Formats: sequence, C-alpha cells, structure tokens
Amino acid sequence: MTDTRKSPSLFVFLAVLLGFTLLMTLLSEGYGSGHLSTSFIKTLGKTLCLCLAALAMDLIWGYAGILSLGHMAFFAIGGYMIGMWLMYARTREIVEAALSQGGLPATPQELEQGIASQIFGVVGASDLPAIWGFAYSFPLQMALVVLVPGLLALVFGWLAFRSRVTGVYLSILTQAMTLALALYLFQNDSGLRGNNGLSGLQNLPGLTDVGQDKLSMWFFWASALALGLAYLLMTWIVSGKFGSVIRAIRDDEARVRFLGYSVEGYKLFVFTLTAVIIALAGALYYPQAGIINPAELAPTASIYLAVWVAIGGRGRLYGAVIGAAVVSLLSSWFTGGRAPSIPLGFGTLDWVNWWQVLLGLTFVLVTLFAPKGLGGLFDTLAGLRSPNRRGAPLGPDQGALQEREALK
Amino acid sequence: MRMPLRLLAVLFCCLWTGLAQAQIAQEILQSNSALVEKASRTSIGPVIDALAASGDPSAAVILGAWAEKGLGLRKSDGRFVLIAAQGDAYALRDLQGNDLGSAPRSDITELRPNAGVRGLIATALVQFNLSDPDRAKRAAALDSIATDPAEAGLAPLRASIPAETDPVLLAQKQRLERLLTLRFDPDSAARVAAIESFGADLGLDLRGALNPLLATRRVALAAGEAPQGNIAQRLIPGKTIAEAEAYALLQDAGLAPARLTLEAQRAALLANVENGAVGGIPVAELNTQAARDRAYTALETAGNVPVATTEDEVATALAQHQFLEIYQEADPAVTTAAKAALSAISQQVGLMQTADLALDGLSLASIYFLAAIGLAITFGVMGVINMAHGEFITIGAYTGFVVQQWVPNYTASIVVALPLAFAVTFALGVAMERLVIRHLYKRPLETLLATFGISIALQQILKNVFGTQARPLTSPAWLDGAWVLNDVVSISYIRIAIFGLALLFLGFFLWLMKRTRLGLEVRAVTQNPTMAASMGINPDRINMLTFGIGSGIAGIAGVAIGLFAKVTSELGTDYIVQSFMTVVVGGVGNIWGALAGATMIGGLQKAIEWLNPSNTLAAQTYMILFIILFIQVRPRGIIALKGRAAGD
Repeated sequence: MTDTRKSPSLFVFLAVLLGFTLLMTLLSEGYGSGHLSTSFIKTLGKTLCLCLAALAMDLIWGYAGILSLGHMAFFAIGGYMIGMWLMYARTREIVEAALSQGGLPATPQELEQGIASQIFGVVGASDLPAIWGFAYSFPLQMALVVLVPGLLALVFGWLAFRSRVTGVYLSILTQAMTLALALYLFQNDSGLRGNNGLSGLQNLPGLTDVGQDKLSMWFFWASALALGLAYLLMTWIVSGKFGSVIRAIRDDEARVRFLGYSVEGYKLFVFTLTAVIIALAGALYYPQAGIINPAELAPTASIYLAVWVAIGGRGRLYGAVIGAAVVSLLSSWFTGGRAPSIPLGFGTLDWVNWWQVLLGLTFVLVTLFAPKGLGGLFDTLAGLRSPNRRGAPLGPDQGALQEREALK
Repeated sequence: MRMPLRLLAVLFCCLWTGLAQAQIAQEILQSNSALVEKASRTSIGPVIDALAASGDPSAAVILGAWAEKGLGLRKSDGRFVLIAAQGDAYALRDLQGNDLGSAPRSDITELRPNAGVRGLIATALVQFNLSDPDRAKRAAALDSIATDPAEAGLAPLRASIPAETDPVLLAQKQRLERLLTLRFDPDSAARVAAIESFGADLGLDLRGALNPLLATRRVALAAGEAPQGNIAQRLIPGKTIAEAEAYALLQDAGLAPARLTLEAQRAALLANVENGAVGGIPVAELNTQAARDRAYTALETAGNVPVATTEDEVATALAQHQFLEIYQEADPAVTTAAKAALSAISQQVGLMQTADLALDGLSLASIYFLAAIGLAITFGVMGVINMAHGEFITIGAYTGFVVQQWVPNYTASIVVALPLAFAVTFALGVAMERLVIRHLYKRPLETLLATFGISIALQQILKNVFGTQARPLTSPAWLDGAWVLNDVVSISYIRIAIFGLALLFLGFFLWLMKRTRLGLEVRAVTQNPTMAASMGINPDRINMLTFGIGSGIAGIAGVAIGLFAKVTSELGTDYIVQSFMTVVVGGVGNIWGALAGATMIGGLQKAIEWLNPSNTLAAQTYMILFIILFIQVRPRGIIALKGRAAGD
C-alpha cells in the first residue's frame, strides 16, 4: 500500500519502535527483569502518546502549513471523555460495594445518587449533569472520544477556513478557542468538576486485582501500537496525491485554489483528522497520568506541541516523534530534580529552576539556525540535502517551508 | 406614643426657657430606690423612662454615671450620689453636681447595672445626645439610631429636630425621622406619606427600611377557612409553589402526616427482614424501587409498618388546602405603598446599574486597550507576532516593584517607575529585535514560536528572581478610594487613572504616527520597505525603534496594570491572548481599530457578566466564542484597512 521508496523511514521507524517496546517490556517490573520502575514505564507510555500528538501536529503544521495553537485542547477533551467513563465506572464499583454493606442491594436510583454525590461532592453538587449521560457505557464514551473533538474541530475549522482565516490569525484564533474551553472547564458548574478535574483515572474498573506494574505495560503497548499505526497512516497520507495537495496548500494556497482544488475541504479534513488522532492520544495519555484538569488546556500547552515539532524538524514525520520524545523526556528529567546541579562561582545552577530558560533559548536558536531541527541530523546521515532555491522559500505563504528546512 | 411625645416636647421647652426643674430626678430615683438598686432589664424600664422624661437637666448626667458605675447609694441616709473612685474612698457629689466631700468605700453601695439595663440606659441617653451641644456626640447618636433602628428612637429624634442648627445633621435627622416613621409610626397615613416622600430614592438605607415591610411568611389553611392578615398572594401548588414545598407546609402545620422518605422506607424494610426476605420478597431481589414498594406494601398489609402516604393522598391533601403568602406587616396600605416605592426604586436602580455597567465596561476596555496598545504597534503596524509581549508587561510591573523598594514615597516611585519601565522594556525590545526578530521578518509563524521561546525563558527568569508569590505594587494614597456618585454608581480612582492613561497613549500614538518624522518613516517602511529604503530611510533602524517603542509602551502598561492586579511572573500571560484578540477584532494596523476592539471586548465581557453575575469565567468563555463568530462576519476586524496599506 505504501511506496517504501518514497518513505524509507517507515520501516526503520517501525523497527525501532518495535525493538524499543520489546526492550522496555523485558526490563519492566510487570513482565521482565524489573530494571525499570513502573513510574518510568508510565513516563515512557505518556511520552509515546505525546509523540503521537506531535505526529498529528506535524501533519497539520509541517505538511498542511496550518499552525494550530489549539490542538492540545482536543488532547484534553479526549482525556476528559475517557476519564468520565473511568471515573464513573470506578465510582460505581465503590458505591455498589458501600451500599451493599447496608443490608439491602442498591436500587438504580440509590446507585446513581451515590455515584453523583461521590463524584460531584467536591463542587457542591449532588446530581449527575446531562453530559455524563453516556458515562455508564464504555463503547458510547469511546465513541465520544472521537466524536466530540471531531465535531468541535469540524465546526471550528469550517468557520475559520470558510472565512479564509490563515497564518497567524488562525494561530491566534485557535489559541482563543483553547483558552475559551479552559475557562469554561474551570467553572464548577461546567459539569466536569471545575478545577478539580477528573482523578483516579489510573485505576481500571473491574481490574482491581491487576497491579499498576502490569497495567502500565498494557498502556505502554497500546500507546506504542497506536503510534505505529498512526505513523503508518500518516506515511500513507503524505506520500500519496493527497499529501502532494496539502504540501502545495502549505507553500502556495492561492495557486492550489486556482488549479481547482477545494482548499478549504482539504484543510478541514486535515484539521479534523488530526484533532481526532490527538484526542485518541489524549485518551491513552490520561489513564496513565491518572488525573486531568482544565490547566491541561492552557494555550501554552498547545504552543509546546508546536515547539516539539519545530525542535524535531517539521515536515518530517520522524522529526515530530523525535522532537516530542527528546523534549518531553528531557523536561521530565530536568524538572524531576534528577539532573545534577551545576556549581557556579556565585551560586548553583539548579536545573529545576533553569530548565525552562534553557528550553526557551534552545528553541530560539533552533528556529534561527537549525530549522531542520533534530530530524535534520538524520537527513544528513541519509544524505538528503536542501534544494538550491537561492534563499527563496518553497512558496509565498506564511506556512511555506524555508529553503533551509526543505528536502530535495 | 403621642402623649409622652407632647409631654416631652413641653418638658424640653421648659428646659430651654431655663426653668430648670431641679430635684425631680432625685425624687424619681429615691422613690424607686429598691428597683434601682436591684435593677433588672424587665422592671427598670419605667424608672429610666421617667428619668428621661423628667426634664431635669441633670438626668443625662445621672443616666451616664449610672451606666458607667458612677452612681452610688449612701448607706447612711439612702440617698443617691454621684461617685468617683479616689484611692480607697469615693469622691461624692450630689446629683446636681455639688461637692459632698468623700466617703469610705464601705459607706457606699456602688450600682452595677447589668448589660440589659445598660442597653436601656443607652437608649434613653440617645435623646440627650441628640440635642447635645457637641456636634460629634449628636452625629454619633444619629449613627447609633441609623445602624439599629428601633421604635424608641423615633420620639427623641423628632423632638431634637427643631433645635438642630447644623444643616448637615439636620438633613440627616430629617431623613432618619422619615425612615423611622415609615417603619414605626402608629399612624398608617403618616407611614404611607413617609414612604411616598422618598420617591425613587436610591439610598441603601431606604431599601433597608422598605424591604422588611414586605417580608412574608407562607401558611397553609383548610380550603374554606378565611385567611387572617395582610395577604401578599395566593400560592398554587405546582405553579407558584412546588408541590413538595406545599406539602411540607401542611406537614409543619400539622395538617397532614409525614411522607415516607426513601431512607425511612429502607430502614423499615431492614428492620423487618425475616429469613432473608421482607414481606415474602427475598432481600437479593430488593434492588429496584418497584420491588421495595411491593415489599413495603406487603408489610403495610401485615400491619408491621405504619401506612405511608401515597401520591394520591398527597394530591388530595394539597387540593383540600389553600396556601397563602402573608405579609408580616399588617397594614395593607403600607405594604402597597412600599411595594410601589420599591418597584420605582428598582427601576431607577436598574438605570443606574446600566450606567455603572457602562463605566465598568469602559474601565475594562481601557485596561485591555492599555495592554494591547504596544501590540497595536508591533503586531498591528509591523506585523510581528510577539508572544513575549505579556512578559514585557510583567517586566514593567516588576520594574515598578523594584523602584518602590528604593523610593519609599509612592507618588514619587510611580513617577520614576513609568519612564524607567519604558526604558527597560524598550531596551529589551530593541535587543530582541536585533538578535531574533530581524532574521524572521516575513516569517510570522517562526516569529511566533521563537518569541514564545523567549517568553517562557523570560517568565522562568522572572520567577527565579522574584519568586512565585505575588509582589505588591502599591498605588499612591490619592489613587485609593472611589468616586461615588450614589449608592449604585461608583468607580475607583485607579480605574479613572487607567482610563486617563489609555487616552494619553492614544494621543501619543496618534501624534507619533501622524505628526512626527519617525511615524512617517514607520508607515513608509511597513507599507513598502524597499521603496522606503530607496528614499533614504534606513528600514533596519526604523524597525528597531518601532519595536522598541511598542515594547516600551507594554512596560508602562505593566506598571499601570500592576497597580491593581497581583504582580506575579504570570501577570502578562493573563493578558496576552486577550490583547491579540483586541488587535485582531479591532482591525490590524489601525489604532482606532485597537480602541474599538478593546471597547467591544471590555463592554461585552461586562455585559455578559451582568447577565450571569456569579461567573466571570463563563463571561470570558462566551466573549471568546462571540469573537470567533464575529471574525466570520468581519474577518479583517471592525476597522479594516483598505487599499495598499492593507497589504494585498
């Protein structure tokens, strides 16, 4: 199905991913020698989800040239949707157990009342809001993981693209979207527990006997599988005709429109597809993180997503994955207090405090001097070079690849 | 009430004409000496009233002394004397104030009135204080009546009005007299007249006096029974009163039996478990409400539990009774007048609230404008997306904080901080333009990301230097307080100052762009850099200066914002998205656009907040949604540039 000559990276990537997964499994606590702690496996699993999100971001920004600064909102919505089921089902187990202590088996009404007051006690409510109507069912809530972000992206994208909002204006608008969502969710009466968010998501209902060491591996495998499949899908998308059209839209939207393509249709498709993929990534991420709250929708979270892609090198699928993996793993290493402090003459450089500074400045340097990012190193190794366009970018549009970051 | 009032008036007249009726107070005390000695709240009232009404000029002194444990009983002859502790003895004076020498403590019984009696004395003293020559005492007495209005205050207040000389106090007394009249006067017509005399007055005190008149209680009566009291309205179960609430009223009045709650049912079932079954139904099957009802019915038939009220019985009970809302105030004329007055007031209040809302919106708009005006230059004119703009605002605020550490005078420190903040952020802006942005012109998306990198680095540096807790940036004392128009409309001086600052910057911007050589060159460079360069303008220099000025203005805005917001390293982040929205909504490249955008966003947010007052978060959400939709209608903003300046 995929022309491997066009994308030699596919097999390499899948092989590396498979090898990495096997290695981690063999070293894990749950299924291997126990060299790696469960929390580290969780970090790796979460990183794979972030890589998946970055992959989708690369499709929309690197290939379609749309710098959306609101895609992490879909990530969080996916997390919220799965989190509702996890929290409901888990609370149901607890409430059922508590009520059966009372001598009589619980009635459905009692059960519902118990669950509602258990979940919403923290925000001073005792009724289950209407948006929790499907939370009892795993398949329905899974469908919502896809449908809610998909529909939101469809409506928002349709509104934005039909009025020809492009470039930085679209970036600002998407940022406003995620800010609006975050502010909405911060309210206590939003029906999603306000700034408490959803918690206890690491416990799978019905699987209380399975330890976190095993559960973390299951999620790790699922994340790796999702990443592999998504990479396959993305490679297929970008290497076909569709890929050519969206790259052309990135570089010179007007010309593509004049050639008779429905630019808005293509953009909308990419916008919605990436939103759904990112939502799925979120649905895999938050059960591993265990907690989700509206701070996850902060506008900066979405900008970080773009930062990962840029550091990895946009317009290369492997670049996005590398960028996300390297930056998020380094982030957790530095901010986790494990990086050694550097003693300076006048004081010590504590990485917990200075990592953000380093990251920000690195990012500026990458943007200025190494637009190919980390992925560019692999391009050089593979002997791929930039085209000679005498300094001109690939097209006139804001999202067009620069000469230095493009490949021949 | 009228009789003692006249008496009092007569007595006061006597007092003023100088016909002092000495010894009256002494006689009253002596004839009630047993009561006075063992004074209790329930019995002492008439004595205090008699003293207060005696017209004896020494009555006030006596009452004051009594409350302060300055009144004693001489054991030898049983006379009341004024006492003052003097070492082991008491210095004695008679009740007219003449010196009686001193006496050892054992000869005197000191009167110690309890708190209740002291309260009565204080009330009685009010009438004296109301006419006291000392203006401060009169004002304090008025205040004490106003904070705790009571029937007893009315008569002395009325009596004190004719002699009041201070015009301010006189007005206060007259207003208070009317407020007390409308609540406590026995004459219905006088009360109605007092209510109507206010018209649509906006004072909180008036509303405070009127609202209790309209307090209601809900009662349930049998259907045929004639209701007592001043009826506010009839309640219809299911419409104007919830059925459950109506039934609860019946229950409280003892007119209907209690309903079976689910908890009670559960308890009853649990109490009747026999051999793992209740009423013949196995416990395991009691997991639906229907099964539990069946089990309970079985228990009822067996007579093991009391018969529970069914839905039908509840409906019948409700149908057989009437539900009324009855005013606590018995006089219908008064309640009607109060209702009319309150509705007139609420109309007026609504109008004023609209005005207040407009002021609030305006002040929010000027804050947004202030935060966005720097962006209107860097983003609007130059097209550079600077995500670190928010950090420039923060740096401005921190500059103000640092200056206040060195300059203790708040006014002086603000005067120093404003230009200093401009200088600091101007320098930062120029450095940033030279080092980063210059290389990324024509690449706005890369600029966005690179400046975001600078933004997170700056934010973290600020956090490392100043810590995470909020730092105070104190405004000068003359900016404290608010300009109060009436009880509804008020605006704090600091917001007026910010409004003024926003206007100042608008003027500055217009002057800079339209009237100076620099502005001309800026406009030329942004419209067509190549052509501008061929005319001898150095685009590099112009870009650098323009960006610096935009950043510098952000710094000044930071000082202003820091005066009312918490200064933390995240201060700017709160404003950055709104600032960009302001510029985009208003129309890029045009200062009037930024002004229109700020006005719209600020006004709209306040308007939405007014619709849903408890929730500013929701207001922001809906405001942003509105903006997203607004962009559909006017993609280029409220004020769109036309022609060549538009860039296409």
